[in-house]
Amino acid sequence: MSSVASTHTLTALAEHTVSARLAKKKTRHIRERVIEGLLFLCASVSIAITLGIVVILVSESWQFFKHVSLFDFLTDSQWTPLFDDAHYGIMVLLSGTLVSSFVALAVAIPLGTMIAIYLSEFAPFSVREIAKPFLELLGGVPTIVYGYFALLYVTPALQFIFPGLPGFNLLSAGLVMGIMIIPYISSVSEDAMRSVPMAMREGSYAMGATRFQTSVRVVTPAAFSGIAAAYILGISRAVGETMIVAVAAGMQPNLTWNPAEPAATITAYIVQVALGDLPHGSIGYQTIFAAGLTLMLLTLFFNVVGHFLKRRYRQAY
Amino acid sequence: MADLTVSQIRALIVKHKRLDLIFACIGVFALMVGVLTFVALFTGMVMDGAHRISWDFFTNFPSRRAEHAGILSAWVGSTLVMVVTAVTAIPVGIGGAVYLEEYAPKNWMTDIIEINVTNLAGVPSIIYGLLALGLFVYQFGFGQSILSAGLTLALLILPIVIVATREAIRSIPAVIREGAYALGATKWQTTADHILPYSIPGILTGVIIGLARAIGETAPIITIGALTFIAFLPPAPFTGDPPAGPFDWLFAPFTVMPIQMFNWTSRPEAAFHQNAAAAGLVLVVMTLSMNALAIYIRYRLRKNIKW
Repeated sequence: MSSVASTHTLTALAEHTVSARLAKKKTRHIRERVIEGLLFLCASVSIAITLGIVVILVSESWQFFKHVSLFDFLTDSQWTPLFDDAHYGIMVLLSGTLVSSFVALAVAIPLGTMIAIYLSEFAPFSVREIAKPFLELLGGVPTIVYGYFALLYVTPALQFIFPGLPGFNLLSAGLVMGIMIIPYISSVSEDAMRSVPMAMREGSYAMGATRFQTSVRVVTPAAFSGIAAAYILGISRAVGETMIVAVAAGMQPNLTWNPAEPAATITAYIVQVALGDLPHGSIGYQTIFAAGLTLMLLTLFFNVVGHFLKRRYRQAY
Repeated sequence: MADLTVSQIRALIVKHKRLDLIFACIGVFALMVGVLTFVALFTGMVMDGAHRISWDFFTNFPSRRAEHAGILSAWVGSTLVMVVTAVTAIPVGIGGAVYLEEYAPKNWMTDIIEINVTNLAGVPSIIYGLLALGLFVYQFGFGQSILSAGLTLALLILPIVIVATREAIRSIPAVIREGAYALGATKWQTTADHILPYSIPGILTGVIIGLARAIGETAPIITIGALTFIAFLPPAPFTGDPPAGPFDWLFAPFTVMPIQMFNWTSRPEAAFHQNAAAAGLVLVVMTLSMNALAIYIRYRLRKNIKW
């Protein structure tokens, strides 16, 4: 009798737990949906950032271009937005950016590529294990420290070699910027070279090619799309680099193609204005957004070129 | 080719082998350029700045007199900004990465997010400063505060955290997920109890590298209009009276280490340059040890995990 009763209660209990579990499952389902929604929000923050950048840059620049015609902006040979006789020729700042980036890439591309080839094809295992983390550390040094180094060590050293070099100059900023970019170029290119299948190297060695011939004629062309990506990354870094040029190249706008002169870059100009105290909404305040938009379009241009280069030379294995 | 004699072929081989050797030397030389620059930079800063580093240097405010100037307001500011950055960037970054790896359906929206994250990593940091100036400082009205700076740097390192987390999650074999699903776990249970715990070392590497980058960033913080001379501390966190009190530090003016160093570097007096060297030394030691920690964690991870 009692056993029947207990069976009965057990069934009731079981029914109860089953329905409880089903009910729980319902809330469980809702919880799952809520969490998925939250995670989606996190992922879409990146979209919001991009949209925010575009909206802010374009809207503030729009205000700016109400005052200044696009033609003047592109062709004027003076940049004096804070003077009474205001001129807004972006070429002045662009020349500083392009010259310093050119110097930086003239250092970083050859050295970075050679380091990548050396580490990927020549270096013994132990050297690579030490050199790779070290290069990574080099990439982690704050850029203001590089700026300090350029202004107070590299410039005096260059003045020793070239007497008459001004205290602020694009050359020293560009050289140090080049050193700063080396790790980016070398590590991305090296990854690309190491992903070239071993069979291609073995084929080349079997034909009697030396290491040098193999790396220059087989591995480098095969990895070219990855190497191009590394160069584009380097160019983006150089064009957008701020503190090194702001500290070592001076903040004086100067339309020049001579690296031995001081000149402000786009980024240095933004820093200069931000350090001052320009009222929100003034034309001076809007210039930094126009300058920022130019910088953004410049990096976008290089990235698009890089994208097509990558497509053109993409090799599938 | 057939006309070559054996000795000519041998000469050719010797020539090419020599070319090999020459290139190896050039490679080592290129590597040495990087290494020696770093060594020069570091020893230069040690020689100029090491004698300035003392207890007083960490506990003094910046001053007009170089020998009394210190980095108190700078390191406190950097720490508080990093707290804001970490609190926002880590959850959002990990959440975004989990969504992209575990939840995202294969559609155009996912593709756009993925392309976007990759491209954001290439946006110059000063552009983030302009975004923050327009959005946080003026639109949201946060002003030139610790909150604005922390959020700016959080946006900046978000792609780094996302990419690192995705890589960590991707290296977990599908068997782990299938096991969890087979036992009736939901997607979130699988993620929270298996995927995330197993990918912690990888995530940690990304987070540390991101924070090391953020702590050394100068340009975006200058762009939002941070002051370069601050001789007071923000109110101590969580001590004020509610409702606004505990969080008033978020809206306080501040300065950070790299800006302090920039300020000292751009002064003409050599005495301030020594301060800049000392501040730079602290900064470099800090970022390098963070990076070294990240590299060490990754190295351990590679050695230990065998699925």
